[in-house]
Amino acid sequence: MSHAATPLTMTNATVKLSPPRLSERHVAGVLILALCAVLILIIALPLWALLSKSLEDTQGRFVGLANFVSYATTPTLLSSLTNSLLVASVTTGIVLPLAFLYAYALRRSCIPGRGLFYAAAMVPVFAPSLLSGLALIYIFGNQGLLKSWMMGASLYGPVGIIAAEALYSFPHAVLILVTALGLSDGRLREAAEAMGTTRWRIFHTITLPGARYGVISAAFVVFTLVITDFGIPKVIGGQFSVLATDAYRQVVGQQNFPMGAVVGIILLVPAVLAFFVDRAVQRRQSAMLSARAVPYAPRPDKRRDLTLLGFVSLTALAIVGPYGIAIWGSFVKYWPYNLSLTLNNYDFAAVDPEGWSTYGNSLLLASLTAVIGTALIFTGAYLIEKLKLFPRLRAFAQFLAMLPMAVPGLVLGLGYVFFFNAGWNPLNALYGTLTILVINTIAHFYTVGHITALTSLKQIDSEFESVSASLKVPFWSTFRRVTAPICLPAILDIAVYVFVNALTTVSAVIFLYGADTKLASIAIVHMDEAGAIASAAGMASVIMLTAIAVKLAHVGLDRLVFGRLQRWRQR
Amino acid sequence: MKNWLATCLVGAFALALPGAALAQKTKVTVYTALENDQLGPFKASIEKAVPEAEVVWVRDSTGVITARFLAEKDNPRADMVMGLAASSLLMFEKAGLLEAYKPAGADALKPVFRDGSEPYTWTGMDAYLGVVCFNTAEAKGVPVPTSWKDLLNPALKGKIVMPHPASSGTGYLMVAGWLQSMGEAEGWKFMDGLHENIAAYLHSGSAPCVQAARGERTVGLALDMRGASEKSKGAPIEVVIPKEGVGWEMEASAIVKGSKNLNLAKKVADWSTTKEANELYSKTYAIVAAPGIENKPANYPANAEAGMIKNDLAWMADNRDRVLAEWSKRYESKAAPKN
Repeated sequence: MSHAATPLTMTNATVKLSPPRLSERHVAGVLILALCAVLILIIALPLWALLSKSLEDTQGRFVGLANFVSYATTPTLLSSLTNSLLVASVTTGIVLPLAFLYAYALRRSCIPGRGLFYAAAMVPVFAPSLLSGLALIYIFGNQGLLKSWMMGASLYGPVGIIAAEALYSFPHAVLILVTALGLSDGRLREAAEAMGTTRWRIFHTITLPGARYGVISAAFVVFTLVITDFGIPKVIGGQFSVLATDAYRQVVGQQNFPMGAVVGIILLVPAVLAFFVDRAVQRRQSAMLSARAVPYAPRPDKRRDLTLLGFVSLTALAIVGPYGIAIWGSFVKYWPYNLSLTLNNYDFAAVDPEGWSTYGNSLLLASLTAVIGTALIFTGAYLIEKLKLFPRLRAFAQFLAMLPMAVPGLVLGLGYVFFFNAGWNPLNALYGTLTILVINTIAHFYTVGHITALTSLKQIDSEFESVSASLKVPFWSTFRRVTAPICLPAILDIAVYVFVNALTTVSAVIFLYGADTKLASIAIVHMDEAGAIASAAGMASVIMLTAIAVKLAHVGLDRLVFGRLQRWRQR
Repeated sequence: MKNWLATCLVGAFALALPGAALAQKTKVTVYTALENDQLGPFKASIEKAVPEAEVVWVRDSTGVITARFLAEKDNPRADMVMGLAASSLLMFEKAGLLEAYKPAGADALKPVFRDGSEPYTWTGMDAYLGVVCFNTAEAKGVPVPTSWKDLLNPALKGKIVMPHPASSGTGYLMVAGWLQSMGEAEGWKFMDGLHENIAAYLHSGSAPCVQAARGERTVGLALDMRGASEKSKGAPIEVVIPKEGVGWEMEASAIVKGSKNLNLAKKVADWSTTKEANELYSKTYAIVAAPGIENKPANYPANAEAGMIKNDLAWMADNRDRVLAEWSKRYESKAAPKN
């Protein structure tokens, strides 16, 4: 909310203070402070509200580290911890190369239908995670269509978790890597090609180092996404317990908030690590797109393009196929014993008193989150990356921005209850309204949008800022007239990402929705719990198709409008 | 954007000034774990009995609603809780979160459905049982079980699922049921054997039966009502009450301490003990608090009420931590079964 006030501050400052060079420092300070305040309010304080409970017993008395000790002495800890690490590293190991190759094909080759393939890779983001679980059960479950492919192994356990998590995290990695590979200086490659450098050498001396920041970010994003996700292990994890299901069991099964907070803190470790690695990499990454840069335009190369087309098609099929089957399942009367088709599963009012109105709530939430969230995230990333003032404050804001990624939705949601519902908090009137859902969703999905914005900003030479400064153009003009237009594709990527995640999110908002603000994604969980699996698949399909429609509109817009706006980059 | 702001403002005013000129009806917020399809009829019936009230539901699964209610305890948002497990209400009572009130018709209910301790805070509504859902299409020659011991059949190895007692109230009521009806030593011995056949402990009280109904598993230990409804939808399952008896729990309602609509909440609580209310309960639950009301749903096992063990809810509440710790020590420290 306070973000809405920042443009005001800017104009006020420009009007009141002159000469402009002097005011720039003040404006920057105010903006960075405002960013920190917002992030503290929506991320740090709610988290602290829950995590501080790890030092209390269930009655609220201070007990020091007793909870950590008792958790560490529980025999399940070690196995949950190693299970979590195993699943997260294997998934990262599978997803990263695949996503890199996929993004490479989209950005550095001339295969046809790139927009479509990009959209196909994003499909798992469009689908509520429950649908991924259902889809895999329809295909590889004990009654699944392709059960024989499992060669006797069971879906319910590490195999299923890794498969579903790979599906779930793939688009996040692709999103970051496509941005990382999207902006590059074509002159370097042309020089290398002119000197007859081999393709492999170009790849590992130019392409890979150029995308290094994206690769490392993507690895951490996938790793933390997998380690904090509890939806998938809950649905198909079977007996295989991981840290996130431990947290779920403590909080929802036993209402033991202190223990839930303990697990939440353990889950934060990867994010804190990610933060420091990020800082280390950042120091060594130089801008890829200098003011004189020319974007790389791949030339057709039959052999490379055909190979990549084959790979991309197969991957896209493996991603899209399961969801197609799940949509079919939503029209089936009773899986697997009565496969005749019916439309009855779409009469949601029969299984949920709110009927279709939850869908309207979800659309409203997603739109508000996309507009407000994207503005906040991108401006925030700009302040952190491009302003050279107040390094301590900016580092602090960067740390807060990286945090939500590592926080399981469950922990964030409960933190919001403790913080925003507290009697002393003047904001407690927001509790139960759509506003709190919007704020929570922005906070929950802050990090990936932030990384996307950073990746895109880092590739713009800081010369633009230096030149502006020497021409006495204030930074907000550079932001408005140079930086934001260059990054428009990335901004739109962020908006679409936030929009679709707001449509599908469950874990945090399930503690926050009010009587009039129930969301479609929550209705899906309820329908599934009530045994109306086909209706759950139906509502999930509606959500997924909505998200896909938005994405297609995005691709179209990207082509028609931004294609032209970005033309200046070509020679 | 403007509309949305306006809605928020109006909403804020409506919250801030209950009973202001515009609103003829007062909103009574009820946290509930009732099934979705029960909410409409319940709301209509309550508003008919208490015309000045407008019921607003916040519904979720028992675990989520309980966690949410406890998380909000410093600034409660609910006026009442309804259709929530009695074990949750015992926990709220212990934490001093419930208003002491005995509804008008409470004394006429079956004794087990009344709060036994002073001050009186909660009233039972209906009972639910942990049953066996047995998929006959996937049985491969294994006969339909009649006793818990039949589940120890080696042919069922890796084919049984049950709720995880630490995640699901249904899971805990089954474990507590075995310990109370068989005695502790026998009960643990039975679970040792059962563990050999268990494919997975799931995090939901109804999922095991859904999995059995879909043939994903052969046997699912789960809620009675889910078994009946899956069978009615066409699943090839038998819903079995083993002859030794089954553990059970009840749904109950109570008024939240600090409710801003206390008088209305009391009227709604009075409603919850009436014949009309109990007839509504009996549309989804076979066993309800008021004596003499019977309305078994389709495919509900006939011998269910007779199969309810002598269950001590207070024992269940007091021993929960100990039982769960022992359970975890026995079955979670072992390597996960191969399936």
